[in-house]
Amino acid sequence: MAHTIRTPGIVAGRLEKDVLAENFSDLHPPLDAHEAHVAADRCYFCHDAPCITACPTEIDIPLFIRQIATDTPLAAGKTILEQNILGGMCARVCPTETLCEEACVRELAEGKPVEIGRLQRFATDALMAHGPQPFSRAAATGKSVAVVGAGPAGLACAHRLAMHGHDVTIYEKRDKPGGLNEYGIASYKTVNDFAQAEIDWLLDIGGIDIRYGRALGRDVTLEQLSDAHDAVFLGIGKPGVNRLGGFDLDGIRPAVDFIADLRQSDDLATLPVGRHVVVIGGGMTAVDAAVQSKLLGAESVTIVYRRAQADMPASRYEQDLAASNGVNLMFNAQPVSASGAGAVESVTFEYTADNGTGLKGTGEKFDLPADQVFLAIGQVLEGAPEDLSREGAALATDPHHRTSLANVWAGGDCSATGEDLTVTAVAQGRDAAEAIHKSLMGEGGPTNG
Amino acid sequence: MADLTTTFLGITTPNPFWLASAPPTDKEYNVRRAFEAGWGGVVWKTLGEDGSPVVNVNGPRYGAVWGADRRLLALNNIELITDRPLQTNLDEIARVKKDYPDRAIIVSLMVPCTEESWKAILPRVAETGADGIELNFGCPHGMSERGMGSAVGQVPEYIEMVTRWCKENYDKPVIVKLTPNITDIRYPARAAKAGGADAVSLINTVSSITSVDLDDFCPEPAIDGKGSHGGLCGPAVKPMALNMVAEISRDAETAGLPISGIGGVTTWRDAAEFMALGAGNVQVCTAAMTYGFKVVQEMISGLGDWMDRKGYARTEEFIGKAVPNVTDWQYLNLNFVTKARIDQESCIKCGRCYAACEDTSHQAIWMKEGRVFEVNDAECVACNLCVNVCPVEDCITMERLPAGQTDPRTGQVVSDDYANWTMHPNNPAAQAAE
Repeated sequence: MAHTIRTPGIVAGRLEKDVLAENFSDLHPPLDAHEAHVAADRCYFCHDAPCITACPTEIDIPLFIRQIATDTPLAAGKTILEQNILGGMCARVCPTETLCEEACVRELAEGKPVEIGRLQRFATDALMAHGPQPFSRAAATGKSVAVVGAGPAGLACAHRLAMHGHDVTIYEKRDKPGGLNEYGIASYKTVNDFAQAEIDWLLDIGGIDIRYGRALGRDVTLEQLSDAHDAVFLGIGKPGVNRLGGFDLDGIRPAVDFIADLRQSDDLATLPVGRHVVVIGGGMTAVDAAVQSKLLGAESVTIVYRRAQADMPASRYEQDLAASNGVNLMFNAQPVSASGAGAVESVTFEYTADNGTGLKGTGEKFDLPADQVFLAIGQVLEGAPEDLSREGAALATDPHHRTSLANVWAGGDCSATGEDLTVTAVAQGRDAAEAIHKSLMGEGGPTNG
Repeated sequence: MADLTTTFLGITTPNPFWLASAPPTDKEYNVRRAFEAGWGGVVWKTLGEDGSPVVNVNGPRYGAVWGADRRLLALNNIELITDRPLQTNLDEIARVKKDYPDRAIIVSLMVPCTEESWKAILPRVAETGADGIELNFGCPHGMSERGMGSAVGQVPEYIEMVTRWCKENYDKPVIVKLTPNITDIRYPARAAKAGGADAVSLINTVSSITSVDLDDFCPEPAIDGKGSHGGLCGPAVKPMALNMVAEISRDAETAGLPISGIGGVTTWRDAAEFMALGAGNVQVCTAAMTYGFKVVQEMISGLGDWMDRKGYARTEEFIGKAVPNVTDWQYLNLNFVTKARIDQESCIKCGRCYAACEDTSHQAIWMKEGRVFEVNDAECVACNLCVNVCPVEDCITMERLPAGQTDPRTGQVVSDDYANWTMHPNNPAAQAAE
């Protein structure tokens, strides 16, 4: 091995291949059938269950768990996928600790919720292993819809539109579908190329054509899409990243780029990582970048978040995951400057306090050694047509996800109602599809089928 | 410290926990190990008449009912009586009894329904020095097809007749083991008493099919594609057994007849319940077959612990203590008015009480803003279903309305007088209570 965890600079191959393979294995190994039975038996089958309310896609969780408990995992899988066609991915990446499992009455009772996420994975894995998807297309409507972006929102929208019999064309700027499922999200949450397998399975419904390398505003305009299709759905996410003034030395880059490189890497032993890594930010992207840096062999990794721990967008579970992997978490410190001869060598921070009048620096500073710095301070909407109304920095939509243009809908992270969550994007894509379907077929008019 | 020593039919054992006649007591090897583990006594696996022993099936003998995590809730068996030679069993019984004089050995017997058959076997059993016999009138499968087991236990006249033969031809205690596969347990118990039985033991197993294989449409356990009903035992049968024990305890004709309680005894608490309903001791099988002989240690420590807490020095101080409180429905106090109360502090907001009451009972639980569940006294009939379905112990309780308070459901003032159905104006046969 050419390098070790103590090799200075940003280098590849700090760890042996078998160690890397172990480090990047499944975070939550799948339940076997008996484990699933035991876990399913803990569900109380609550009335008007709080977990359903907490799920953005409103999966009937007590029902699917009872279906697992009674030896019908395929039925359980269908219950899930009817509400959330990316239920397999959501089972892996949802922060269940802040959604369904937080709402579980057994969390209140014992601090140990029913393992909803792992049970959902059990059921969706069983259904996907069993064969083709249980959904089929309604009779063709002759309508055509453009979906921009093959991320979770776009895929969910496309699938639901295809079910209703519409023809869908997805315009995707990259050369692979999946969006953040493919390019974001820590790889130990979605091993064995699950993202692509799930999309292949999803597209089996038919009626969905994907055109790669087609970016809105660069290769195709909204006017062209409007002319060529009966409706347009925008699921373009937030492709831009926030930058930090003065942080432009070599070795400093957006965390999302690092995660994307890692997800696309065929051989993690060739992926370079710093000896001392500093991650600036407090969300799940910060945690994903930090943990994976550590797993790649960085000697020290520190997440620095400018606010208090209680304000950190990453859940306590994610924070614990980082800590248990040896990531150092620092709170109430904001970046001041980066220094180094050419490449970054250290970052200066200033402690902060919020005494009721907003976050302010205290004047006390400290330096962290860093040969690699990841910025995880948020993504922004970029490249969206200017004639669409904004709400804040995102696209304004009505309750049915329609934008300010009558034939254009939007959902997921690009929308003002997006929550930077896969599951929310799926819900909005699905609901937008229903709204588009109604609009195309006419309220109260003939429906498909 | 409580003394668990229990005397049943004059047989004194260090505790009231006996192993029932079943596979665990089929041979010397097992019984010695059971005694070393602490069991107070055993009823030796049923012996048949001399000659060629019975044969068992060579496929599976047991079916099962499981709860969560494969917790065994019931076993069902199609095993017959001992399939070892009579003399082998008798020799072993004699050896073990000699080495364990302070433990009970009762010999379970099942021979054809002729006096000669019983006369032939009883002296040979007596020679072993065993403490008594138990007549197996309970086994519901296999042997019953040959006119034995429950085929006898289902006909009170046969019970009385065979019991009498045994009493005439054997000097030590005769226990009659009853089958639950009848409509009214009091009749076979009365017949046993009439025949001179020193005690009854119950229940034997309940005729059952535990499950059906939905691929080959065969009951379990499957023997080459066919199944036969078996006998059910284990925790699932305990409620039926408790009722039957209670019925015999409180029947005027059998009151005072010693009872050995059997049926799903799994913990010390089960044993205490059987004994409170009049059983002088208990017999255990499924718990041992599930967990091994060591379970008796929990039963011993648990019963002693409870007796210490309750201040009982000896088991006879609580045996039968619940019998006076078992009564007929018609004597239950109709002026006992209770209402469900939900403790908001311990409520975990699952809503099961609401679903149960709203869908299947009396629509007496409100679901309010924020998943707050409250009882509507104007509709609550105190059925207890909410208590039963609530996953949190003691979260929902039944509270008695004090006398003088008006029941909002009936509009009537609660009385502290005792009044039952026999006195109720709606009862055509009621005597006017002055």
